[in-house]
Amino acid sequence: MSITVKDVEHVANLARLELSEAEKEQFAGQLNAILEYAEKLNELNTEGIEPTSHVLPLYNVMREDEVRPSLPAEKALSNAPEEEDGHFKVPAVLE
Amino acid sequence: MSILSRYETVVGLEVHVELHTKSKIFCGCSTSFGAPPNTHTCPVCLGHPGVLPVLNRQAVEYAMKAAMALNCEIAEWCKFDRKNYFYPDSPKAYQISQYDQPIGSNGWIDIEVNGETKRIGITRLHLEEDAGKLTHIEGGFGSLADFNRVGTPLVEIVSEPDIRSPEEAKAYLEKLRAIMLYCEVSDVKMEEGSLRCDANISLRPHGQKEFGTKTELKNMNSFRGVQRGLEYEQLRQAEVLESGGRIVQETRRWDEAQGKTFSMRSKEDAHDYRYFPDPDLVRLHIDDEWKARVRASIPELPDARRARYTQQYGLSSYDAGVLTASKKLADFFEESLKYTSDAKASANWIMGDLLGYLNANGLELEDVKITGQGLGEMIGLIEKGTISTKIAKTVFKSMIESGKSPQQIVEEQGLVQISDEGAILSIVDAVIAANPQSVEDYRGGKDKAIGFLVGQIMKETKGKANPGLVNKLLMERLKQ
Repeated sequence: MSITVKDVEHVANLARLELSEAEKEQFAGQLNAILEYAEKLNELNTEGIEPTSHVLPLYNVMREDEVRPSLPAEKALSNAPEEEDGHFKVPAVLE
Repeated sequence: MSILSRYETVVGLEVHVELHTKSKIFCGCSTSFGAPPNTHTCPVCLGHPGVLPVLNRQAVEYAMKAAMALNCEIAEWCKFDRKNYFYPDSPKAYQISQYDQPIGSNGWIDIEVNGETKRIGITRLHLEEDAGKLTHIEGGFGSLADFNRVGTPLVEIVSEPDIRSPEEAKAYLEKLRAIMLYCEVSDVKMEEGSLRCDANISLRPHGQKEFGTKTELKNMNSFRGVQRGLEYEQLRQAEVLESGGRIVQETRRWDEAQGKTFSMRSKEDAHDYRYFPDPDLVRLHIDDEWKARVRASIPELPDARRARYTQQYGLSSYDAGVLTASKKLADFFEESLKYTSDAKASANWIMGDLLGYLNANGLELEDVKITGQGLGEMIGLIEKGTISTKIAKTVFKSMIESGKSPQQIVEEQGLVQISDEGAILSIVDAVIAANPQSVEDYRGGKDKAIGFLVGQIMKETKGKANPGLVNKLLMERLKQ
């Protein structure tokens, strides 16, 4: 498996990143190096071993259904680049 | 409908139901509806860096309960995954959902259309978090985000493509809604967005095995909207196919006001969600003991209750279906039966006068004050002859509007039935004396004249005379 410039463009687009042609080449090379390194894992025999989704030996960490204080609206909005009527204002999105 | 008759419609529904926990699924913010914008948020649901979500146990139990009520198998182990997408209704830029290990799978519910029962498969039910609410500023100057709803627990319920008509789709939704209400996991108000529905629809020539190309419909905000949207879309697809065209796989938006669906331009990679296990949330293990405890909390469901009503009370299947479609109505009915043994009378009052009143005024049962006890006691008053059935209609309306007991209404308004023969007789005599023409008509063979005389007597007594006695005494007098 090898990462092409096209793959880099696709992933960059999904992540909303704008890359120069030189960066695309550079990242394609670096991503391939990472994948090659990870390929080493395929040398292990994983026959009969359950797939792992988490590395912690924990399960069922839960809280009770209790309401706790929220942030005051002005605090919640303090990182908003723009606000209007108590809302976060964002560029128009119309589907 | 003629061009539709050549095709079979295939529909699958994706329904989102908000679970009515007090707090959000991964933080302690309130889930209550209608608060001022951005007053129910915190660093966790706003997606600030470095925060840790912690799963709400009640949300898991509601999801288990809903899945069990839909006859799903419950997973022993499951996990949460991140679904990645950029949209301003989601401050984290991912939604925590369940990708390949849903809580429930392989379920079913039975629906009834045109008197026939049909089983609709449920592919899966999974737990996830809701997104925020966007409103768009007129003229395209921007959009406003309210994150109060972000993190409200949802279950997504995906049906098999077993639904064959818009009517079946509506029946499926109504059944699903009833089951959620019976389980008390959600208030399922479509107008408040606590139940939302997307639909996949395709057409294929009768007899063809493979499915046709489907479109996905969004923005149907009522049960009626779902049915109308699907009706429009099946006709649109049939027309495309008939004219030799091909259906384009796309998402289409239902416009309620125009009664049409419109293509939503969607980016080609919009569905590349790059799911991966959420590293902040450990796995969920549902053991048999937990399952048994949740299963024990599920009440009798609509189908079982309906069957019981036909057997125990001798109601028709239709009547039992009407009463059990809503848990509140069925509970009201059963409450009345603690005060009367006449189940059929109670059912008739509920389906006739009560539902008639609610429908005419656009109200729900919880909006009016009448109680099941009141209805049961009123039926008792009719049985004892204290009030006539006719007067009971007045009493019943008064009970709906005031919530007073039937005894109180009868006393306050002086509605006790007159069953004293002497009292009725004197009015009968007075009416006979005042209407010699009608008396003569009746004796001359015009049976209809008696109706007029009875009417006059009832008018004199303001409807309170015992109708049976009036008829009997009048006939006796006229035969003299």
